[in-house]
Amino acid sequence: MAKHPTPLLDQLESGPWPSFVADLKIGAENRHKNEKGLELQIPEDVIDDLLGVLELSFKDGTTHWKHGGIVGVFGYGGGVIGRYCDQPEMFPGVAHFHTMRLNQPSGLYYTAEYLEQLCDLWDFRGSGLTNMHGSTGDIVWLGTRTEQLEEIFYELTHTYNQDLGGSGSNLRTPACCLGMSRCEFACFDAQKMCTDFTNEYQDMLHRPQFPYKFKFKFDACPNGCVAALARSDFSIVGTWKDDIQIDQEAVAAYVGGEFAPNAGAHAGRDWGKFDIQAEVIDRCPTGCMSYEGGKLTIDNKECYRCMHCINVMPRALRPGKEKGASILVGAKAPILDGAQLSSLLVPFIPAEEPFDEIKEVVENIWDWWMEEGKNRERLGETMKRLGFQKMLDACGMEADARHVQEPRTNPYIFWKEDEVPGGWDRDVEEFRKHHQR
Amino acid sequence: MAFVSSGYNPDKPMSDRISDIGPRNYEEFLPPVIKKNFGKWLYHEIIEPGVLMHKAESGDEVYTVRAGTARLVTTSYIREACAIAKEYCGGHLRWTTRNNVEFMVESLEDAKKLKETLNAKTFPGGSHMFPVGGTGASISNIVHTQGWVHCHTPATDASGTVKVIMDELFEEFTSMKMPAILRIAVACCLNMCGACHCSDLAVVGYHRKPPMVDNAYLDNLCEIPLAIASCPTGALKPSKMELPDGKTVKTIAVNNDRCMYCGNCYTMCPSLPLADQEGDGIVLMVGGKVSNRISNPKFSKVAVAFIPNEPPRWPTLAKVTRKIVETYAAEAKKYERLGDWAERIGWERFFEKCELEFTHHLIDDFRDPAYFTWRQTTNFKF
Ligand code: HEM
Ligand code: HEM
Ligand code: HEM
Ligand code: HEM
Ligand code: SF4
Ligand code: SF4
Ligand code: SF4
Ligand code: SF4
Repeated sequence: MAKHPTPLLDQLESGPWPSFVADLKIGAENRHKNEKGLELQIPEDVIDDLLGVLELSFKDGTTHWKHGGIVGVFGYGGGVIGRYCDQPEMFPGVAHFHTMRLNQPSGLYYTAEYLEQLCDLWDFRGSGLTNMHGSTGDIVWLGTRTEQLEEIFYELTHTYNQDLGGSGSNLRTPACCLGMSRCEFACFDAQKMCTDFTNEYQDMLHRPQFPYKFKFKFDACPNGCVAALARSDFSIVGTWKDDIQIDQEAVAAYVGGEFAPNAGAHAGRDWGKFDIQAEVIDRCPTGCMSYEGGKLTIDNKECYRCMHCINVMPRALRPGKEKGASILVGAKAPILDGAQLSSLLVPFIPAEEPFDEIKEVVENIWDWWMEEGKNRERLGETMKRLGFQKMLDACGMEADARHVQEPRTNPYIFWKEDEVPGGWDRDVEEFRKHHQR
Repeated sequence: MAFVSSGYNPDKPMSDRISDIGPRNYEEFLPPVIKKNFGKWLYHEIIEPGVLMHKAESGDEVYTVRAGTARLVTTSYIREACAIAKEYCGGHLRWTTRNNVEFMVESLEDAKKLKETLNAKTFPGGSHMFPVGGTGASISNIVHTQGWVHCHTPATDASGTVKVIMDELFEEFTSMKMPAILRIAVACCLNMCGACHCSDLAVVGYHRKPPMVDNAYLDNLCEIPLAIASCPTGALKPSKMELPDGKTVKTIAVNNDRCMYCGNCYTMCPSLPLADQEGDGIVLMVGGKVSNRISNPKFSKVAVAFIPNEPPRWPTLAKVTRKIVETYAAEAKKYERLGDWAERIGWERFFEKCELEFTHHLIDDFRDPAYFTWRQTTNFKF
């Protein structure tokens, strides 16, 4: 028998989409059955009480979690999100309900064996509830008590060789697209770079030392499957510098209808016969393609590598061979001064192990932002406040027309004093010799 | 419930402590066919909704079957996914950046069997456990947040609203009839932990009442300057006030006319709560994207200033969402994302076609950049 009636939540058990309510109820039941005879380390009815408190929120339209919560493990300044219910007498099972972030493997590949081991630990010392995954990428373990945190951490590190993820004013858990593991568009090994950066900057990840949070994300091409340029302060996006590789026979196969456009992504609807002129040539944003006499040509100098033609004809067109990445910086959510997408900083940079060129950019930016960034000011906001030019200086980079979508329209231009002949130290008396008062 | 030690010694917390080991190496977990052909993929095909095939230079093929999940899942559910992976996939599986789960096999026949098995699994109550889909020009999973399940600053629930929208649009998850992919994201407050600012359609929890001030406690619980600095519109200032018991305390004064209820001061200061049953609800945003395909990445724009919270099934939200999706699907050209379409026909036409009321709330008034969102041209449609 369920501990609390949940008439409102029950209505979310119907409908075709996987019901979290149905799943939670099974989880609650399994804790009561406890078929493995575990010495459960947090209340057996933790899920019943979570359903209870959620039902209350559905009834009164407000959250029932107290503000904040500061808990963690020794040696680290983050990784655990503390939470306490604001009705602990009614729902003692979730009086403490802390979240632990576990650093996920790059690309989110698992073996059943490993996941089951993690489940064993979490059933024993936590609620058995998870998020697979947090939007930053972590495996999120939802709900345990303070006294279990060190025990869980001990077991994670000693038995499973598994660390926590990040939280707080530090480097958060980096994440990447699946890259070369299963995508022909990948222009660098996103998983390798993600893992390498995560390991290199462990100290920044576990011990807050920044003005505010900082995120890395790695997309191996401009399609952006991990949304790096919207969701990370430092966005690395794969690209190429030479010509798109064209297989004219395969182009003919698309034109002839042998190959489905866009790998069949629109197969659910009749869009007519594939029309290379209308669907590719005319949609190219730079107008740099032509198709004449059965031959596809690309004026690669004018291509800005948007991926459209490659996405439509993946069997005929491939990214070039001279591969690398672009670096864009500053993306953030609206708080405080408005949402930002990342802005282009480095148009092209090699992306091979050990990734030293990219790390140099990272470290120059950190040096600058850690010094100049105000309390709780994201990199994107520091860039707005101090100007893009200041960041270029900090990185020792020259301005480039690629840095802007368009040049400034206002003429409120700052000059460096040494750029102006004679400098700024002037004597008004000297001026008056030629210009009477 | 006896306490069982893991071996950790609370009297010597730093002895035998392992730290800074990071994540497990992904290479340990790759299926053999993935490991063998890593970086050597030639092309891919979407065989049918939810089933992808990747062809390698070696001639090897890997078939991927993608299934939706609720993201908030129990260990029981993860174990179920593991059991399937053990039966069909040599014990390998992965998750996607939109919280779908993917199973990989090496033949089309196995993939079809797997799809059937996955589609047949249901929860008590009838919902699918692993509905197969989310590929191609479809509506894949909804990237979402904590909501009333775990966060203290939400203005709506995440798991609930997501379930409602995905039920409403389920047919679009399992088919590929859209002009382009249509990404939906939910965030339960405007911290937007996830993907709301750059999605085709974004649901954002919103407050409509300024914070209450817990004067008696504020100075004890908050760093007042931090709370003051947290306000994007400068609505807060330090003040003093006399409590009913005659004691004078330092506190914060809220200028209600300047407050736009973002909740950021509450994030900083526990004594400024603002959640409210009638006040809170949803802002609907549309037209964002993150890919660079054809057009540049775009922010989503506010299309509906307020939809009330109506737990448990949010019928107004479901209805408005469906109307926008259907209008876009009927009107947009092939490959056009929702934002591409709205910009081409003009926002005045978007509102007309989607039958959405345009109210004063939708006109930007946040600082200098607001000006650039007004219309400095005579090019408009009647
Ligand atoms: C108030 C308490 C908050 C809670 C409980 C919370 C919770 C979370 C969680 C669980 C995640 C996913 C984390 C992961 O995958 O490791 C997340 C991501 C995120 N949070 Fe929060 N958050 C809070 C406050 C904030 C604030 C104040 C901001 C910004 C002003 C913010 C912005 C974000 C963003 C942008 C992401 C997504 C990042 C990405 O996509 O990589 N959150 N949050
Ligand atoms: C070989 C080709 C590709 C592979 C292997 C690939 C792989 C993936 C995977 C596994 C996901 C997570 C999907 C999900 O959970 O539903 C994803 C998401 C995504 N993909 Fe791709 N993709 C490919 C091509 C593309 C193309 C052509 C585009 C755009 C035109 C694209 C844009 C995206 C976007 C925007 C997401 C959403 C990610 C998110 O919201 O978290 N991808 N991709
Ligand atoms: C973004 C900046 C600027 C904008 C948008 C702008 C715009 C305009 C416009 C609209 C006019 C026509 C005014 C009228 O006929 O009543 C004008 C005239 C004029 N502007 Fe500017 N202006 C800008 C910057 C400047 C600067 C920096 C200067 C001088 C250093 C300048 C000097 C003049 C002069 C001399 C005229 C009169 C031209 C004439 O009557 O033929 N403007 N400007
Ligand atoms: C005005 C605010 C925002 C709107 C309207 C918005 C809208 C969207 C939309 C429509 C998408 C889906 C894009 C696609 O799939 O191509 C998206 C994606 C995303 N957004 Fe936002 N967003 C906003 C703010 C933010 C903020 C503040 C962050 C993080 C700090 C963020 C992080 C992301 C991420 C990581 C994605 C990945 C989406 C994907 O992979 O598809 N967004 N956003
Ligand atoms: S971002 Fe590009 S390389 Fe990475 S998975 Fe997506 S399409 Fe492939
Ligand atoms: S990648 Fe984009 S810009 Fe380049 S040729 Fe193809 S469609 Fe044109
Ligand atoms: S979006 Fe807001 S309410 Fe939702 S989890 Fe993030 S901080 Fe909490
Ligand atoms: S809710 Fe936002 S706008 Fe209102 S006072 Fe607080 S910080 Fe300022």
